[in-house]
Amino acid sequence: MGTTFDLWKFTKSAAFYALVLFIVVVSVFPFYYAILTSLKSGTDLFRVTYWPTSLSFDNFRQVFTQGAFPRNLLNSVFVATVTVILALFLAVTASFALSRVRFRGRGLLLMTILAVSMFPQIAVLAGLFEVIRFLGIYNTPWALIFAYTIFTLPFTVWVLTTFMRDLPVEIEEAAIVDGATPWVIITQVFMPLMWPALVTTGLLAFIAAWNEFLFALTFTVSNETRTVPVAIALLSGGSQYEIPWGIIMAASVVVTVPLVALVLVFQRKIVSGLTAGGVKG
Amino acid sequence: MATDAMAPITSASTPKIKSELLQQRVRAARWFLVPMLIALAIVAGWPLMRSIWFSFTDATLNDLYGAEWVGFGNYLRWQVLESGTVRYRGVLADPDWWNAVWNTVRFAFWSVLWETVLGMIVALVLNAEFRGRGIVRAAILIPWAIPTIVSARMWGWMLNDQFGIINDLGMKLGLLAAPVAWTASADTAMTAVLIVDIWKTTPFMALLILAGLQMIPKDIYEAAEIDGVHPVKQFFKITLPLVRPALMVAIIFRVLDALRIFDLIYVLTPNSRSTKTMSVLAQENLFQFNNFAEGSTQSTLLFLLIAIFTILYIWLGKVNFEGGDR
Repeated sequence: MGTTFDLWKFTKSAAFYALVLFIVVVSVFPFYYAILTSLKSGTDLFRVTYWPTSLSFDNFRQVFTQGAFPRNLLNSVFVATVTVILALFLAVTASFALSRVRFRGRGLLLMTILAVSMFPQIAVLAGLFEVIRFLGIYNTPWALIFAYTIFTLPFTVWVLTTFMRDLPVEIEEAAIVDGATPWVIITQVFMPLMWPALVTTGLLAFIAAWNEFLFALTFTVSNETRTVPVAIALLSGGSQYEIPWGIIMAASVVVTVPLVALVLVFQRKIVSGLTAGGVKG
Repeated sequence: MATDAMAPITSASTPKIKSELLQQRVRAARWFLVPMLIALAIVAGWPLMRSIWFSFTDATLNDLYGAEWVGFGNYLRWQVLESGTVRYRGVLADPDWWNAVWNTVRFAFWSVLWETVLGMIVALVLNAEFRGRGIVRAAILIPWAIPTIVSARMWGWMLNDQFGIINDLGMKLGLLAAPVAWTASADTAMTAVLIVDIWKTTPFMALLILAGLQMIPKDIYEAAEIDGVHPVKQFFKITLPLVRPALMVAIIFRVLDALRIFDLIYVLTPNSRSTKTMSVLAQENLFQFNNFAEGSTQSTLLFLLIAIFTILYIWLGKVNFEGGDR
């Protein structure tokens, strides 16, 4: 070949980059368009534009001053944070037992945990409602923290177990020789090594709790106790034809920007955490 | 609780000190597992049992404890009228239920099929080495990171019949002759739901497949290259068989997720009969229409469907979750 212009090769790489461009545009465009819409106001909203034409923060001002949205935001932060802390706390010791100690029934237990995480939430909804009413936490953030354990706990246990299984035996053996108990091994030997895994699983559990809708819709009924997904879903005008799209888009941008930022910062960790569940990698 | 079944496997043959150590470890493991097991029993095991129990009673939202046993009446009951005709009642004789079943199955089939095909394409792109790969990977994580409710609202706006950008774009490109009421019309509502779900979930599929692709040794391709095997043939003879285990796991994760879909449909196409799925119908019956027993029955049936599907899939597909001993 040398210096001659290879048309076939050029076409191939042009087609490849066109495909790449298409993937990027399709992925990013809806979010870009939501931001674009949130910055429009008045009749501008109802004119389709592909580039920013105006810059108005009216919608954002309304989101934060009207209604209970700031409260909803706080609820979401509180619920997601407490859920993650609880799940990690329960999962660390459990995954140590599941990954480092041999006992009969371990495989079955792991399969059960995986099965619970794949559960259709609706199947437990009626029973969970009863338990939540019984505990007197209906329509409080605690109801959600309680309910979210059903998906955050199995998931964190599963991912932390696969992670801990890959830690070298030698470290643990050295600690055992020094007379360390399992509790000391977890807290003093493994914990420092597990920070990356804890951050990843914590982040994924946080996102799952932040985004959850079915339980939040069912177990909270007042504006003050709702989390943001429910608040955004229920934002509506007087009729079907008065939906406040600008405000909805502004609220959507507010709840999504932190997530997108987190995901982009922790990209690598998130990808490895997501795939650890299903594929050994 | 299964804790009593836990015993050291190799305690008999090992020296005394080692066996004591082992026993100490197993004892500790037992205590480490107890909090998690109790938590799962309270939030998953017990509520599941109660939900199933409610489906055999006449429970109502306001009177959970006064419920009385009605057997399979919520599922199917019949009545012989004086004229001799038999009237069937219950969830299994309810056309709304079968409509929801059909919607759910249809949605799960098409969404997972498209997500697998498109996810494979995206994964193959990301598996190639090219400049700007990091940007593409970051970009496809965005749909995944956006909450489903937000995606539903964003796309609801984009698919708006009067002011939506999709209709505008479609007409400018000559693809649409007239604006389409995507979410409101019965013919296109399912398509709208599918578009949003495929957009949101393909990245997850792509990442799972990509992890599988990256485990394939590069020298297999080099050998195929030397033998002059066509790239398309390489894909079907090398890539696909080797990525199959990862693909099977990814597909079952997605199918189970698709079968229980609730939020997207609830927000994007509210009250549309042509998209209402089993989860949406069950939730409405439980908490909005005061048909608590019927709702429990429907959620139990959905649970059964998912359980049967999972068992068949793992059994027939020989899926390996890597959950065994090491």
